[in-house]
Amino acid sequence: MKFKAMLIAGAMSFVPMTAMAADLTIGFSQIGSESGWRAAETTVTKQEAEKRGINLKFADAQQKQENQIKAIRSFVAQGVDAILLAPVVATGWDNVLEEARDAEIPVILLDRTVDAPDDLYMTAVTSDLVHEGRVAGQWLVDETAGAKCDIVELQGTTGSSPAIDRKTGFEEAIAGHDNLTIVRSQTGDFTRSQGKVVMESFLKAVGGENICALYAHNDDMAVGAIQAIKEAGLKPGEDIKIVSIDSVPDIHLAMANGEANATIELTPNMAGPALDALEAYLADGTTPPKWIQTESKLYTLNDDNMAIYEMKKDLGY
Amino acid sequence: MMNHVNSTLRRIAPQLVILAGVLLLNFLVFPDFFRIEFQHGRLFGNLIDVLNRGAPTALLCIGMTLVIATRGIDLSVGAVMAIAGAVAAALVVDGHSWQVALLGALCAGALCGAWNGVLVAVLRIQPIVATLVLMVAGRGIAQLVTEGTILTFVNPGLVHLGSGTVVGIPTPILIWLGLGLIVTAVVRKTALGMLIEAIGINESSSRLAGINSRVLIISVYLISGFCAALAGVIVAADIKGADANNAGLWLELDAILAVVIGGNSLLGGRFSIIASLLGALIIQSVNSVILLSGMPPEFNLVIKALIIIAILVIQSPTVKHALYILRASADPLPPGSIKEAKESPQ
Repeated sequence: MKFKAMLIAGAMSFVPMTAMAADLTIGFSQIGSESGWRAAETTVTKQEAEKRGINLKFADAQQKQENQIKAIRSFVAQGVDAILLAPVVATGWDNVLEEARDAEIPVILLDRTVDAPDDLYMTAVTSDLVHEGRVAGQWLVDETAGAKCDIVELQGTTGSSPAIDRKTGFEEAIAGHDNLTIVRSQTGDFTRSQGKVVMESFLKAVGGENICALYAHNDDMAVGAIQAIKEAGLKPGEDIKIVSIDSVPDIHLAMANGEANATIELTPNMAGPALDALEAYLADGTTPPKWIQTESKLYTLNDDNMAIYEMKKDLGY
Repeated sequence: MMNHVNSTLRRIAPQLVILAGVLLLNFLVFPDFFRIEFQHGRLFGNLIDVLNRGAPTALLCIGMTLVIATRGIDLSVGAVMAIAGAVAAALVVDGHSWQVALLGALCAGALCGAWNGVLVAVLRIQPIVATLVLMVAGRGIAQLVTEGTILTFVNPGLVHLGSGTVVGIPTPILIWLGLGLIVTAVVRKTALGMLIEAIGINESSSRLAGINSRVLIISVYLISGFCAALAGVIVAADIKGADANNAGLWLELDAILAVVIGGNSLLGGRFSIIASLLGALIIQSVNSVILLSGMPPEFNLVIKALIIIAILVIQSPTVKHALYILRASADPLPPGSIKEAKESPQ
């Protein structure tokens, strides 16, 4: 009973804040719809704003920086209370960010950072790609528990920062564990079909029975690889353990069927922590740190993957 | 008849030699390359992979060869693949049968091809620009159909087209072989092939000679769209999902390359679909070398570029001419003394 009263009191104490938030207008300049993840990020950002009673002005830049600069200028002209920016490229933001600073509008970067002096934005909310790779590697270290395990790796697009960082993190985590070796590593371009094609070649070049685990830099490649493993007459998830990154709905469906083992979430909810920081800043002037790291949550077969799939499938992935 | 077979053989000899060379390269990096087994109800082996994975490029280059023979080019095939895959996936997700989905996708592809054809033949827009329109816009159309997501499906009939087998042979292999044979037969057993070549060599004079060039040009683009649609359905069926962002991405360039490796001139005129298909297999074999070699992915594009430059240099007219001179000067000498012939000018 006491607990319930506390809950109510807690809820009541939020009322003034929500009332204040109701007056907030925030501009969000999104890159565009380059991937399912980004569509989900847009959906979640809109949900987060609605939950807090924030009036969100959404601008889709269609993968062009000039559209984003235009959108920010129009947000400044409209006198919004804050701007969320998912920058399409890293450079060329100094001028427009200065304009926002001169108008005293805080800018929060989502998901990617920019090459600009850090006094030009309030904070950046991003995930740590190296950390994601490390979580994947640590999962495999724990899962194999010292047993010998030959790993094949499906890399992301060669030279892209997620591919480099997720590879680095994974290698850091398995370093010093002599039972774990990466025997083959090739790019699958982050796509399902390349993931399938490259996995087919791994299965032939190394021999399916010699592969103990697959590490894929994203879930889509893992989904493709699962099909290749099945067509080779092996059981994905059992004969070959599969760990990948992103936590898209389809990998949870595969996990619910026991065809994949673990995924690390790249959360589409970058706006939640951003808006938390903003509300704290507006309420009592708390300056957030320059970098807010989102959680890289590990999902395994112990989670209710069917429920996660149902929850995620309508986010726009 | 024998004469005809001989001339075809002579035409595709360079491609056969190159293909054998690249396959040998595969064998060198992976000694089990030629082993084919029958397991889990399907043929299983690297050679089968080359034939199977080469299917999209092979299908594209059938249509592309005809388009290039009319002195045109079709940059939109990759985007048309994405559209066709999206249409097929959307139809089966909507509850239609796989036959309806296939038909819908093929119609969408043919429509895209006809659009290109009208732009080129009726409005007289240069082919590279006319098809660029759909290359850029097509992926957007596909994204509209899939609503920006990877549209997944489970319909077994449609999946069978991409990853199923018929008597142990993966379906895509049979599809591209079948279509290749049909189109070759149609253009070579009728005057159609010659008419297409005539347009490519000189459109004005072919029109003066009574060839309805407008209808023929629209037809070749339509066939190219149709082939692209079939490739798109196979690619989508292979991964049980239509990926509008990535399906067929940059594949138009592989298709054009296959046609060029097949010894067909980008300036139109004489063409050989069989040689183009061998070109597609050569490209896929090169991809196979890269995958089997186990080299770090940073080297992928460099290796591919080096092999392809080598192939094109061997085929270049100047090198061919030099080889011809070499052979001609060697001719009067008894066989086995080619080495001396080489040194004789010095």
